[in-house]
Amino acid sequence: MRANNVLGIIFSNAYDSALSEITSLRAMGSVPFCSRYRLIDFPLSSMVNSGISKVGIITKSNYQSLMDHLGTGKPWDLSRKREGMFILPPFHEAQTGIYKGKLSSLEGISKFLQHSKEEYVILSDCNVVYNINMKKLMRFHDEKGADISVVYKNGKIPKLSNMMCFDINEESRITGITVHDEAEGEGNYSGNIILMRKALLEKLIAEAKSLNLRSLEKDVFLKNVSKLKIYGLEAEGFFETIDSLQSYFDISRMLLDPKNMKALFNKDYPVYTKTRDDMPAIYGLDSDVKNSLVADGCVIEGTVENSIIFRGARIAKGAVVKNCIVMQDSYISEGAQIENVIADKLVVLRPNKKLAGAETYPVYIGKDIVI
Amino acid sequence: MARKKECIAMLLAGGQGSRLGILTKNIAKPAVPYGGKYRIIDFPLSNCVNSGIDTVGVLTQYQPLELNDYIGNGEPWDLDRTNGGVHILSPYQQIEGTSWYKGTANAIYQNINFIDKYDPEYVVILSGDHIYKMDYNKMLQYHKKKDAACTIAMLEVPWEEASRFGLMFVDDDGKITAFEEKPKVPKSNKASMGVYVFTWQKLRAYLIDDENKEGSSNDFGKDVIPAMHEAGEKLYAYLFDGYWKDVGTIDSLWESNLDLLNPKVDLDLNDDDWKIYSRNPIAPPHYISPAAKIQNSLISEGCTVEGTVDFSILFANVDIEEGAVVKDSIIMPGTKVKSGAVVQYAIVAEDAVIEENATIGERPEAMENLDDWGVTVVGNGVTIGKGAKALPKEQVAEDIGGAN
Repeated sequence: MRANNVLGIIFSNAYDSALSEITSLRAMGSVPFCSRYRLIDFPLSSMVNSGISKVGIITKSNYQSLMDHLGTGKPWDLSRKREGMFILPPFHEAQTGIYKGKLSSLEGISKFLQHSKEEYVILSDCNVVYNINMKKLMRFHDEKGADISVVYKNGKIPKLSNMMCFDINEESRITGITVHDEAEGEGNYSGNIILMRKALLEKLIAEAKSLNLRSLEKDVFLKNVSKLKIYGLEAEGFFETIDSLQSYFDISRMLLDPKNMKALFNKDYPVYTKTRDDMPAIYGLDSDVKNSLVADGCVIEGTVENSIIFRGARIAKGAVVKNCIVMQDSYISEGAQIENVIADKLVVLRPNKKLAGAETYPVYIGKDIVI
Repeated sequence: MARKKECIAMLLAGGQGSRLGILTKNIAKPAVPYGGKYRIIDFPLSNCVNSGIDTVGVLTQYQPLELNDYIGNGEPWDLDRTNGGVHILSPYQQIEGTSWYKGTANAIYQNINFIDKYDPEYVVILSGDHIYKMDYNKMLQYHKKKDAACTIAMLEVPWEEASRFGLMFVDDDGKITAFEEKPKVPKSNKASMGVYVFTWQKLRAYLIDDENKEGSSNDFGKDVIPAMHEAGEKLYAYLFDGYWKDVGTIDSLWESNLDLLNPKVDLDLNDDDWKIYSRNPIAPPHYISPAAKIQNSLISEGCTVEGTVDFSILFANVDIEEGAVVKDSIIMPGTKVKSGAVVQYAIVAEDAVIEENATIGERPEAMENLDDWGVTVVGNGVTIGKGAKALPKEQVAEDIGGAN
């Protein structure tokens, strides 16, 4: 299949509740990540880099920050006369209300699907951090003659609701599906990057609707595992699922390892994001920075270790920041000390304040909070 | 016919900037990188947008490829407009034949049709050679208040440097009474910044006159403005007192870059109300390793720093390996400085490779004869081999082989 014959669909609100602190103000898709990105940049850039030229972004709630981030889609080259980026909010037609789940949101965008000319569709969530060449999945789908292809990973199963786990045979065919809510242990779990013919998706949605079914995972995939040819492609490279504040903290800090950084950011597959036109980061005379990621617009005059510092954040003289995530435009004043803290946007830590979480229990400071 | 504009800007960006040596071998001077992520032309373009001027003609001539590519549709400066926006104006063929832009005034003369299309009252003439933040609108208001034919932005320079500039004598009202072009013994320290506001109908007439004048060098400073002065037109000077630097030489480019690290210098690029826009590189955040030591420096996205960086500027995607030392230097995008290499008092252009243990430049203190000292320049894509040396003042345009 040709990539421009594939329609991308991104669920920007999927699993919001797994990161309820950070998503209280925004959708999962606009959660800040890795010094200068929002989570949606990863699936969106992967789709664009793979040659997909039309992407629908399903939103449900809290989507103002997301819309602000996406704008017209220009940074992803999706501001087009034909195709491009489409934001798909609820209530867009009189009969659609608030979406209750993936299935209901797909029902809600049935007109969009119907009017899209693409023959195939790829679905993706935003809570999985990846940068993959989706052409590989397209080739895999063709080679296997699959009805549905899913990217999966083997490892510790994320503790998310409706998490699909697969039994996979030697031919990569998925022979069994189990759906968990609070899974324990390891297994082949779904990365929720799913490719199929658009006509098949429309048929499955219509069937589910007529039977008043609610769950895409339990009622559609699980029920059809033997009827349809569902194949699994194992994920390569950096592929991590955020299922909690702790895992957001851990996955962020995984990128302090240059090996992981290389795996996620590849010159041939750049990750695009909204530009801010900040100047380069300024390191002051007494700055002491070790093992950290820093973005443009930062002013660092204090000590920073093992941390991720976002655009426009300022660390004043004598401030100490260790094992932290400091988001956009936050200010850590003179003499303040933070350790194992996630500071959201525009947080101010007053002079000499101290705050510490544990590595296994980071403290979260909400947006605009002054301590 | 485009909609009428009160004021449009014409930006002279055709200069070679020959004093920048190998840095402008393949690019026009306005496209020379500056300040970790900018190019010189970002300053006048951003000033225009921030001053409310949304129509800018950019006159290009020398090596325009990279500059044209950089400006593109003007989107980074918000100059992709339905009405107005940025326009690249290159010399073109006419029925009488092809002619290059002969001088600054001739370049505008050849584009009278472009300006007339917007039927402006005023035209701002700018150059792509200087680093400064300036509100052209304030100058325009001054021009209107004085009912001038031409207003020239003026800056007080130190007396010892005054002889390098075109100087002006000004009366108490700000009216220009006389000019002096780069005199040996200056009697004024009020220098022209190369920023002009003209009342368009006046300028238009003088440009046509100047074109018909035999022997004219078709230059604003040498011909058009003196002619206006002689004819008794009202010429005013507008005093500017912020940071302004001509980055026409290697030394001034180096200095001006490092001025960004001097807290006493009045050039804040983090000012949210006067942003300097640029075409942003697409790169992840920069990574500072546990072994790195960074002091008083600017570092852009995509860099990996494992070595020592002191009083320096790193553009996007620069790698400084563990054990490498970069001091008092400017490293442009994509360059690699490998382990054990030492770079001091240098400008290293894009995509260069400084192999292990190579030495670039020298500290002035280490020189026996200070006359031999100067900033070292490594050209675009040049590889300096293992253990090789580039001397002070040297401009390295070809690879230097190293020890094996």
